[in-house]
Amino acid sequence: MTGIHTAPDFDRLAELSKSLRRDVLTMTSEAGSGHPTSSMSAVEVMASLYFGGIMKYDAKNPKMPDRDRFILSKGHASPILYAVLAEAGYIQKDQLNTLRRIDSPLEGHPNMLRVPGVEASTGSLGQGLSMGLGHALNAKLDNLDYNVFVMMGDGEIQEGQVWEAAMAAANFGVSNLVAIVDLNGYQQTAPVTKVTDPSTYADKWRAFGWHTVEIDGHDLKETHAALAAAADYSNGPAAIIAHTKKGKGVSFLEEDFSWHGRGVPKDRLAEALEEIG
Amino acid sequence: MTLGTRAGLTMGKATRDAFGRALQEIGASNPKVVVVDGDVANSTRAEWFGKDNPERFFNVGIAESNLIGVAAGLAASGKIPVAASFAAFLLCNSYDQIRMSVAFPKLNVKLVGSHAGISIGEDGPSQMGIEDVSLACSLPGMVVMVPADEHSTRKATQQMIEHDGPTYLRVGRGDVPLIYDENVDFQIGKANILRDGNDVTLVANGLMVSAALDAAEELAAEGITARVLDMHTVKPIDEAALRAAAVDTKGIVVAEEHLHHGGLGSVVASTIAQTNPCKIAFVDVGDQFAKSGDGDALLEEFGLTGANIAAKARKIVQG
Repeated sequence: MTGIHTAPDFDRLAELSKSLRRDVLTMTSEAGSGHPTSSMSAVEVMASLYFGGIMKYDAKNPKMPDRDRFILSKGHASPILYAVLAEAGYIQKDQLNTLRRIDSPLEGHPNMLRVPGVEASTGSLGQGLSMGLGHALNAKLDNLDYNVFVMMGDGEIQEGQVWEAAMAAANFGVSNLVAIVDLNGYQQTAPVTKVTDPSTYADKWRAFGWHTVEIDGHDLKETHAALAAAADYSNGPAAIIAHTKKGKGVSFLEEDFSWHGRGVPKDRLAEALEEIG
Repeated sequence: MTLGTRAGLTMGKATRDAFGRALQEIGASNPKVVVVDGDVANSTRAEWFGKDNPERFFNVGIAESNLIGVAAGLAASGKIPVAASFAAFLLCNSYDQIRMSVAFPKLNVKLVGSHAGISIGEDGPSQMGIEDVSLACSLPGMVVMVPADEHSTRKATQQMIEHDGPTYLRVGRGDVPLIYDENVDFQIGKANILRDGNDVTLVANGLMVSAALDAAEELAAEGITARVLDMHTVKPIDEAALRAAAVDTKGIVVAEEHLHHGGLGSVVASTIAQTNPCKIAFVDVGDQFAKSGDGDALLEEFGLTGANIAAKARKIVQG
């Protein structure tokens, strides 16, 4: 798909990014569990997609046929998705602090049947890109002009299905599919470097036939430009390797990957929020 | 194929052929139907749809996990995707994708598994889907169908497309006897009574319907009347038909070309146990993998025969 992506107000996006991080920290602290650090690495990418004019959507018409689709394949980062959907008007902001409660639709991992704007029920890693490819193929059948963005984790792409999808997408020549790898450096039990070599990720995507760029995923201007270029790329699927930090924005979270799956204890929330500013 | 001989059945086409032909017909009139293939469309017969509708046919390659995900995405965007491969590979290789990408979000994906059962013969256990029904039935909301012949498969294929929600249709490779004519009354979840009787009930699906009719013929010669139910839908099971069988006859023999655990036998037993416990016996592959060999000979060796069904029925009747 091609389109015109005008430069957004980056000051506003920066303020929004802070606000989204505060939401993530607060809701996971309130819930007592969840994945704040995996969410915080994805903030600038998601802020750019939803609030930087990259994605076309209508919160009042979540199933609009020609909407752009965003699939959070790394479903454990649901807090940032919920924060974004609240900011975009799909859900109420006061719902955020019901995260993971038995009476809340904001489940631990996203459930598309319960939350408007959630395009795929994820949480079992590796499945989002295939679903994204299905959506992308549909655009041609229906003669619709939309993009599909799929965000995966840097550990998640160890799943074989990701590469099945990557191979097929290139073969089908879909140019409305964008893969984003949130390379935040850590998986559940170890730095990613202990398990696979992330310095080869870009070459792997290129070898599979994807137009691939590497960016600083916390630099809003760079992130926005890369997403706009990927959305407009018209010669096959595009991948963005976003170099990020797990827990970005709060020093004690950035330094310790054991925060994966844990909310900040309530007695340290104020300290964390203060650091975000 | 010797099954159905005693019952005087004539041979018809393979259920995969009937599926392929029905899908081709549906494709001509319903533009929402698309096919996702794992490079076996000539075997599943989905290629007949593909040749007519190349723009709606996606061969994702030998990658069943991705196959399911692509089908899920197409369904989420409003298409009616038929995801077809061998039963063994479709259900076993991509089970978590079926669980998470299809069943959990209740997406309208039509799973079709071919080459089911041990009667495929020479290709051996790696190709034989004999756990597929169990796996499919385990998933909430999944409709599971195992039609017996070409005419009921055609109807099953049509109803699978009309049904809103995930379904699994099991079809076989080889030609099978005709149970019905083309006007067969087929409704998802409603067993067909092929023969009535008061002594014992034979519940079967797929290829074993022919064996059950053979058994009924054998029993009739001894003065034992058997009711024969084609339980083409395993889920939702026809509870009323089973309850009636438990009340009207002395017991039930369940026959299926599937492993013992989790298939039709398990579903029938757990259904009956709740309200109308009765004597029940099972004819199935057991708790073992099969092996390579002639299909008919394998059916004989593993006891998937009319004679074995009749023997178990006799035991129930004689107490």
